[in-house]
This record gives sequence, structure tokens and C-alpha cells, in this order.
Amino acid sequence: MLLVVLLPFIFAIAIPFISKWKDKFHPGVFVTLIPAIIFIYFVRFIGTGFEPLTREYSWIPSLDMNIVFYLDGLSLLFVLLISGIGALVAFYSIYYLHKSEQLGHFYVYFLIFMGSMLGVVLSDNVFVLYSFWEFTSLSSFLLIGFWNYKQESRYGALKSMLITVFGGLSLLGGLIFMSVLTKTTSIQGMIDQQQLILNSEFFPLILGLILLGAFTKSAQFPFHIWLPDAMEAPTPVSAYLHSATMVKAGIYLVARYSPMLSSSEWFFIIVSTVGIITLCWGSYMAVRQTDLKAILAFSTISQLGMIMAMLGFGTEIAVFAAVFHILNHATFKGSLFMVAGIVDHETGTRDIRKLGGLMTFLPITATIALLASFSMAGVPLPFLNGFYSKELFFDASLHLEVSGEGITGFLMSIIPYLAVFGSIFTFVYSMYFFFSSFRGKSNIEQLPKKPHEAPWGMLLSPIILVAAVIVIGLFPHLINQPFIEHAASAVKGMEIHEHHIKFWHGIKTPLIMSLTVVFLGTVLVLSRKVWQPVYNYLPGRLSFNKVYDGMVDRLESYSSIVTKGYMNGSLSRYVRLVLAAILVITFAFMAITGGFTVDTSNLAEITLPEIFVAVLMICAAVGTIITNNRIAAILILGVVGYGLSMLFVLYRAPDLALTQLIIETVTVALFLLAFYHLPKMRKKEESASTRTLNLIISIGFGALMTMIAISAHSSKYFESIANYFLEKSHSLGGGDNVVNVILVDFRGLDTLFEIVVLGIAAMAIYGLVRLRGKEEEEE
Amino acid sequence: MEIIMAILAGILFTTGIYNLLQKQLLRIVIGTGLISHGAHLFILTMGELKTGAPPILSEGVEKYTDPLPQALILTSIVISFGVTSLLLVLAYRTSKINGTDNMEQMRGTDYE
Repeated sequence: MLLVVLLPFIFAIAIPFISKWKDKFHPGVFVTLIPAIIFIYFVRFIGTGFEPLTREYSWIPSLDMNIVFYLDGLSLLFVLLISGIGALVAFYSIYYLHKSEQLGHFYVYFLIFMGSMLGVVLSDNVFVLYSFWEFTSLSSFLLIGFWNYKQESRYGALKSMLITVFGGLSLLGGLIFMSVLTKTTSIQGMIDQQQLILNSEFFPLILGLILLGAFTKSAQFPFHIWLPDAMEAPTPVSAYLHSATMVKAGIYLVARYSPMLSSSEWFFIIVSTVGIITLCWGSYMAVRQTDLKAILAFSTISQLGMIMAMLGFGTEIAVFAAVFHILNHATFKGSLFMVAGIVDHETGTRDIRKLGGLMTFLPITATIALLASFSMAGVPLPFLNGFYSKELFFDASLHLEVSGEGITGFLMSIIPYLAVFGSIFTFVYSMYFFFSSFRGKSNIEQLPKKPHEAPWGMLLSPIILVAAVIVIGLFPHLINQPFIEHAASAVKGMEIHEHHIKFWHGIKTPLIMSLTVVFLGTVLVLSRKVWQPVYNYLPGRLSFNKVYDGMVDRLESYSSIVTKGYMNGSLSRYVRLVLAAILVITFAFMAITGGFTVDTSNLAEITLPEIFVAVLMICAAVGTIITNNRIAAILILGVVGYGLSMLFVLYRAPDLALTQLIIETVTVALFLLAFYHLPKMRKKEESASTRTLNLIISIGFGALMTMIAISAHSSKYFESIANYFLEKSHSLGGGDNVVNVILVDFRGLDTLFEIVVLGIAAMAIYGLVRLRGKEEEEE
Repeated sequence: MEIIMAILAGILFTTGIYNLLQKQLLRIVIGTGLISHGAHLFILTMGELKTGAPPILSEGVEKYTDPLPQALILTSIVISFGVTSLLLVLAYRTSKINGTDNMEQMRGTDYE
């Protein structure tokens, strides 16, 4: 199974090589095979006798991070959606994307996305799940921004990235909380110990964080704003990521955790409310759009809201309907997106005001669109799967199993009405989508291209999806028991037995609700011109996009103010900041931990020659600051160096003294060579405040170093390792000069690297000296 | 004596950093030189001063000074020589190309 999940990643590496021959061979053909293989691998698990299975591969055992794949009904449903729709979309893209596009990039992103999505729905380890989760955000960003020369693409990509990654981080927070509480990183392990989490005082926080992650990913109100902008992606991407798979990751997460979380009343309140609001707002806004893909985007938002609401209800029938609708939505929405892509491809526009009467020119496409949009609308016809799940939704909204007090009681009473309201608008936009583009007056003159039917290859994928719509519609029991039931049981956390999906239940409330929707919907469709101005009042100027834009703008301007505040290009300022930070942090740390100690018991005696040398060095060091003469400064620096070598002599370090003498001589000579080329020293021209600041920093630093030196000398925690070197120098190193033996023998490798450093420095110096600018050469 | 040496190292650091914060390139290079002197003295002080003979093994000597700081300093001297000379040449090239050795005039913020 690991191999199957990694398959897309492995082939993502191969794609750049394959796409070199793209003139002869479209890489999409190759890419189509991969999800097809995965689909075939997983489809054999479908059956009445399906049992969840686990595969474990160790990855980082020390951190309890193992790749554990857990395949139950829910995962299986998603895996099949991801690979099935993936194969169809990849096939569709062969005809949609021209060979002149950067196909290599496209298919690499596509495969990475597919692999990570499989990882999300199969991982049992929460951190592995989170990693894959962020990978989907990342690849979605790349795919939305695929046409990166377009401003809107970049804007949409950034927006989806910011919102989904924000949600991803809060999800990570929730996952860390849970794994700390239960001491396991396994989702199933957490669900087994749910009492630990449910009774924890952090539970409200955990719930909030997890739901925030799910809501941002699944474009729930008010985080839905990224999805319409994500429609800038190529249509195959929209069909795949933004209708069938990625946006359902949030739903997957809620479903996965729902055996645990749904026992909380707040889960019901939050998830149902957000879901219902999203359903209503999304469908209401969809009618206002003029771009075919924008209609579909808002419709996806509203459908996701509906599924989310059903997961929130948490009753058996609601969960069953939610899972069923995940599948149905993928079939009809996938085909509608492909239809929108065909219309765009064949006419050159997606603007619904320009389209119309396309049925004559694209009869097959129109048929697909008709079936899919009627299914989406929930028209009561016995061969449309959308109707079944819509009716189950109504049924579920009428039978909520919660205590009817307080907020829950209020929700219980209004949810059925909101469900009908949202569905009316769903009906309206479905009709609007179909009739405005395929029926009515045709005005071919206005279209950028002369419309004609799409090639068969492009039609095949939507036809397969619509065939699925009808097959599920005609024979719901075909997939019911072996497939949907397992998924629903996994969500509910207990066995859910066969539900009767029937077309005719007799005249009951859900049917009346459906008929109300159709009736009022038809009225609204016909009178659309009359009530259209309502959009001027709601949303009117109210827009969540403005909130987002404002936040991003402000973030950028503030951070640029802050950055410019300290990054003004002045290097001495940077040095000052760094030094001040070191000073404050080290000083505070030493002071807090009591690191400063003075021990005067074990000091060497004070002798006159050393005092003399020390005073000389101090005078010379201060002199380098005062003098304005270049040669004087260099020579005084030399005095400090020679003074130091004198000290080395006095402190019985003959090797150091010798080296220091030689090096100092060479350095002074070098300085004298270079000084000829350097401008003269000037009087200090900086302000008194800067000078004071410099003085404070440097004196503070000197004082700190002095204190550390004294403390280091005063506090001995360990026996010095010097004795080891003194004892072994002769026997192991074969030398009597211990310092030399340490350098060339015990720490020989260090010395080797030191020589390397010197070599690099020498090469750099040679390069710098020999380097001649163009102007200098001309001279 | 150690305390006096620690103070001396502190003063070398102070003057070195003060030079480092100046605008002229030559002063900055001098500053790094002073800081490395300070650091060498600092390491030497951290061990024990004058507690025995130089660490060259010979008959009849009981106690030697700590050879470890010396080995460290020896490495450091050589490295700081490399640093100083590289900086010097860099300063030379920089002032030659830019026509100035004033750090305040060499701001890399043109792209903003």
C-alpha cells in the first residue's frame, strides 16, 4: 500500500524527463495511467465483507512518527474519489491543455497533489496526516497559480495559500493538544481514549482549532472567499481540487474525528450552524455570478456547507446522507466543471451574459450539463442521484437527535427552513447555469470563437461521470451496502445498517419540501429580473474579500514599516543591534542563573613586568581610537600585538609568543601595503548621541567579557582534561612539546581544516587583488 | 593577576568594538584585529596562569601550565590572521570600486 501511495510522488520525479518529448507524446497520457492503477488497486476492496485494515511502516520511531495507513470505509470512499476523478481529470486535461503550455510543471504539481491527498485520507498518524495536509495546500497554490503571468492567478493562489495554511497551523495546534493528552499519535488511538480529550479542560480549544482547520480547507463561511478566486486555475484543476477532492479534505477531517467529537453538544451547534449558513450564503451568492466557473465555485461552497451541516447533525441518517452526498457531489460537480471547461475552450468565454443557445452547437455537452445540473438541483426524477441525497438531507434536518433546549432547540426549529431556503437557491442557480448558457437566444457574433462540439476525448470524462450520476440514481443499492454503508459506519463509529434509499417514500414531509423547492425555485427563476436588485442590499458593499484584502494590505505595510525601522542599510547599525542583543541577552542570562562569580583564592601573583606590558597595551589600544593618522593607528595596533606576545612569553607559552611575533609582523606589513590605497582618516563626523551609544555598547561589551573571564576562572566544575594530554603526549603522540602534539596529532583534523580555511582566504585575496573592473582595465 | 588580565582583555574588546562601530573601513579592520587580541588573552586567562613550566616535557619537571588554551590560541591566531588580511584586501577593493571608504555611503538599499 505504501508503494501505491508513493506512486504519484515517484512518477512526479519522472515527469520532467518525460515532458521533454512532449511534441510527440502528451505527458497527460502517462499521468492518466497512475490514478487508474491506484483506482484498480483499491476498487477491489469494495464489498459487503469489507473490514478496516492497517499497514504500518516505520519512519521515525524515536519520535513515534510512523507511517501508518488505516483503510476503512471512509478512507476507501475518498481514495476511490481521488484516484477515480483523478484519472478522468488527467485524461480530460490531455485535450484541454495545449502542448505549448508548461505541461511538465503542471503534471508534477498534479501528481504531488494526488499523492498528498491519498496520504491525508489514509494516514492514521496525525503528524503524517498534517504533513500531507500542508502538501495539498502547497500544491494547490502551485496549481492555482499555474498561469502565473496573470495577476488574478497570483492573487487567487496567494489567497488560498494564506487561508488554508492559516487553518493548517491551527489544525496542527489541535493535533498536538490531542496527542499530548492521549500520549499517542494515532487517530484511532485518540478515538479509543476519547474520554481523556472530551473531559479535558482544553476541549473547547481543541474543538475550535480542529474545526478552524477543517472550515478553512473546506471553504466554509466566512473562509469561503478563497474558493471563487481559486477558479483562476486551469479548469481540470478546478474540477479536481476545488470540487471533488481538496475542499473535501476538511469534510474528511470532521468525518474522521466525528466518532469522538460528535458527542459534544458544541460540535453540533458549531458545525451545523456554519454548514447551514454556508449552504444558504453560497447558493444565494451563486445566482449573482456571471462567470460559469464562479457559479460553480459558489455552488461548491454551498454543497460543502450542506455536507458539513449533515455531519454536524450527527444522526445515523444524516451521516449516511453526508457520505452519500460526498460521492454524488463529486460526480455531478466534476462533470459540470468539465462542461464549463468545454464551453470556455470552444467559445472562448465563460461569461454567461455572452453565452446562450449553445445547445444547437454543443448538443452532447448540453445533455451532460442538463443531467448534471438537474441532479445538482435535486429535481425529483428517479434517475438522478442528487435527488436522493437531497431528500435524505431534508429527512435528516427534520429528525435531529438533540435535546431541544436553549440554542440547540432554536437550531432544531429553524434548520429545516434554512435547508429549504438554501435548496431553493440551489435549484435557482442550477437552472440559471444550464438555461442561460445552453438555451435562449444565441449570439454567436459576440463570441471570441465559433462554437462547435468538443472532441470526443474531452467529452469522455464528463460522460463517464454523468453515467455514474444516472447509474447511482437508478440503482442506489448497487453501491449502498458494499460501499456507502462502510463509510457511514466509520463516521458514526458504529455499524449503520442498510438504509432504504428509495425514490418513492409516499407523501411525507421530505417530499413536500422537495416539491416546495421545485415550485418556489421555478418561480424565482422565471422572475429573476424582478428580484435581482436584492443583491444591492445584501451583500451590497459588504464583502469578506475586503476584510481579507485589508488584512493583507495592512500586514504588508506594517511589516515593511517595522523592517525599514531597523533595516535601513547602515551596516554599523546592524552591528550595533547585534552586539546590543548579545550584550543584553548574555548579561541577563548570566545574572538570572547566577553565573557571575569572583573567586580570589587561586590567583597568580602580580608582578611588575606584566603590569608594565598591560599598561602599555591599554595605552596603545585607546590610542587606536584617538589618533587620526593612518600610519600611527597601524603601528599602535602593532604595539598591542607585540605586547600580547610579550605576555605569552611571561605566561610560559613560547609557541604562542613566536607565532604571534611572526604574524604581527606580517600583519603590520600588510596593513602598510594596503594603507597606501585607502583614503586618509578623517575626523569623526558622527553626532554626539551616536558616539555615546557606541561608547556604551563597547564599554558594556568589554565589561561583560571581563566578568565572564573572571567567572570562568573562578568557577571550575570539571577537572581539566589537560592532564590527559600531558600524560599521553609522549606515549601516544611521540612528541615532548605538548601544544604541538595537540595541534598536529590529537586534534590533527582541526588543524587540517584550519589550513583549508587559510587556503580559501588566500584564494579569495588573490582573486580580489587580481580582479579588475572594466573601468580599471581601460585605464 | 588574572583579574588584571581579564580587565585588559575587556579593554581590548571595548576599544576593538568601538573601532568596529566606526564608519571608516580601516578602523573596522583595526577593530577586528583588537577584538582577536582580546579573545586570545581571554582564552589564556580562562586557564590558569603561571602555574608551572612551559608545556614542553622534560626530566624532573612536576607541573606544567595548561597546554589546552595554548593550542586553541595558536589555532585562533592563524585564523584571525587570515580574517584580518582578507578584510584588508576586501576594504582595499571596496574603497577602490566605490570611491569611498565610508560605510554610511555604501548602503545596499538601491533595489527598494
